[in-house]
Amino acid sequence: MSLHADNVTLALGGRPVLAGITADFAKGGVIAIVGPNGAGKSTLLSCLAGLLKPDGGAVTLDGAPVAPMPGRQRAGRIAFLAQTPEIAWDVDVRTFVGLGRTPHIGAFGPSAEDHAAIRAAIAAASLQTFVDRPVTRLSGGERARALIARGLAGQTDWLLADEPLTGLDPGHALDALALFRRMAHDEGKGVIVTLHDLNLAARFADRVLVLNEGRLVVDGAPDTALTPETLSDVYGVVVRRHAGEGGPLIEVLGRAG
Amino acid sequence: MKLRSPWLICSVLLALLVVLFGVSLCAGRVWAPWSAWTSGGADPRWAIVFGLRLPRTILAILVGGALGLSGAALQGYTRNPLADPAALGVSTSAALGAVLTLYLGTAGEATWVLPVAAMIGAGLGVAALLSLAGITSSIVTFILAGFVIQTVCGSAIALALNLAPNPWAVNEIVNWLMGSLADRSVDEVKLAAPGILLGGLLLLTLGRSLDALTLGEQGARSLGVDLSRTRWLMLIGVAVAVGSSVAVTGVISFVGLITPHLLRPLLGSKPSAVLLPSFVGGAVMTLAADILVRMTPAASEIKLSVAMAILGGPFFLAMLISMRRRLA
Repeated sequence: MSLHADNVTLALGGRPVLAGITADFAKGGVIAIVGPNGAGKSTLLSCLAGLLKPDGGAVTLDGAPVAPMPGRQRAGRIAFLAQTPEIAWDVDVRTFVGLGRTPHIGAFGPSAEDHAAIRAAIAAASLQTFVDRPVTRLSGGERARALIARGLAGQTDWLLADEPLTGLDPGHALDALALFRRMAHDEGKGVIVTLHDLNLAARFADRVLVLNEGRLVVDGAPDTALTPETLSDVYGVVVRRHAGEGGPLIEVLGRAG
Repeated sequence: MKLRSPWLICSVLLALLVVLFGVSLCAGRVWAPWSAWTSGGADPRWAIVFGLRLPRTILAILVGGALGLSGAALQGYTRNPLADPAALGVSTSAALGAVLTLYLGTAGEATWVLPVAAMIGAGLGVAALLSLAGITSSIVTFILAGFVIQTVCGSAIALALNLAPNPWAVNEIVNWLMGSLADRSVDEVKLAAPGILLGGLLLLTLGRSLDALTLGEQGARSLGVDLSRTRWLMLIGVAVAVGSSVAVTGVISFVGLITPHLLRPLLGSKPSAVLLPSFVGGAVMTLAADILVRMTPAASEIKLSVAMAILGGPFFLAMLISMRRRLA
């Protein structure tokens, strides 16, 4: 039961973005993808979600290639949350979260099960007081939580989220990460997120993939992946790693060189 | 914003439609009371009610419904509140298809020639629109693409008028271009109904895909929506429904634009919530306008398209002002 990227290459607009990435993703853990801007994190995530078809190589879900899968079947197993989602109409939060049920809703409209899933997702993201508010009038952080709730509503095996913590205050960022960990550890789901905050990645991810210029630099536990040497190479900054109270603390001292 | 139940809104609209249906059979130059309906032909007004007003009323409902629903579906698909079959040139391209058959004289050969040509015209219009602006979905590109299609088709129609072989052809084209429901018979109902019902049903199946498109094309795809299937259903549905409508009534604008706008404050902006109500609402609006047109005391009856434009212009202006205020 795994999502597998096999030597995935992809060029967008003539520019190579992914240059041969091979990695196996297992359920039951939170996997973070980190790397500098333009490293190919979002593109890799889109490939894993089956939304972009690799030029070379393939992404498979339990052995079957993801990209050619019928949309509904794919969406019923993998939820994907884009970084800056377009929201065209000022629908309320309940409707917005309910869109996450799209792959499950039958011909006769939402069932009791669908409504229950939507309510559970709203509760998990602590959005109960916002259900009737138009999504377009939420603050950035509230919107990010609504987005996560939409991802939960589908109750898929996999949740792939691009920068899900953008705009969240420290408290809600921790809530979201705790939610991801519960989903992965208690419910056995697969959670793959791209992150910019190295400290959160170091503390809360079970596994970290470091990407740079479309290549996979390191893949392993946070302790082995996020070493000062790797980070210095990849980001071009001088980094010191401390033992903080709640876990490792990565301090960026300045530009390298 | 307190939303009412969609069933309640639909019931109210349907009740309104039933009342207007009755009024429409009675109202006109000659008032036909209930006694005339039940006379079974003894009263000369019986022929007016069942021979003239009944087909006209049914056509108003079908055409208004088709335009309202097409507008709602186009707005949902393009995520653009200004989308409308007439404003985006689809009605004009349908009209061009029909005008060409009048110009070439082929319209008279068989009754199906003109409607089929109108449907093909509408289909090409929607296809051109989606290929010119479909990828970006930016409001500006869309309006510009619609403007281009409308201008090109409009000038082609003008050219057909210019080069028309004889004054009768010109007369026929002009008369037909001024969208109206006057003097339509059961034949026109038979011609338009299948396409409108078929296209309407296709568009009604799109509700969930249109809802998912609220999240943009990538968002919809991530929720499992087959975008190319949605696009084709949209294209065929609008082309068949609008093409059939334009074929029997000519171009009637603003119904598709206004109806969803009036319904959104009541039903919410989820695209699927306004689809079916827009059919009923478009029918109500068109039928009401047609009754008003019949009642106006003028030497010759005002064309429905002209009346709709007179009513729709100010509405469009009000919408523009409120949009500007929101963007400012």
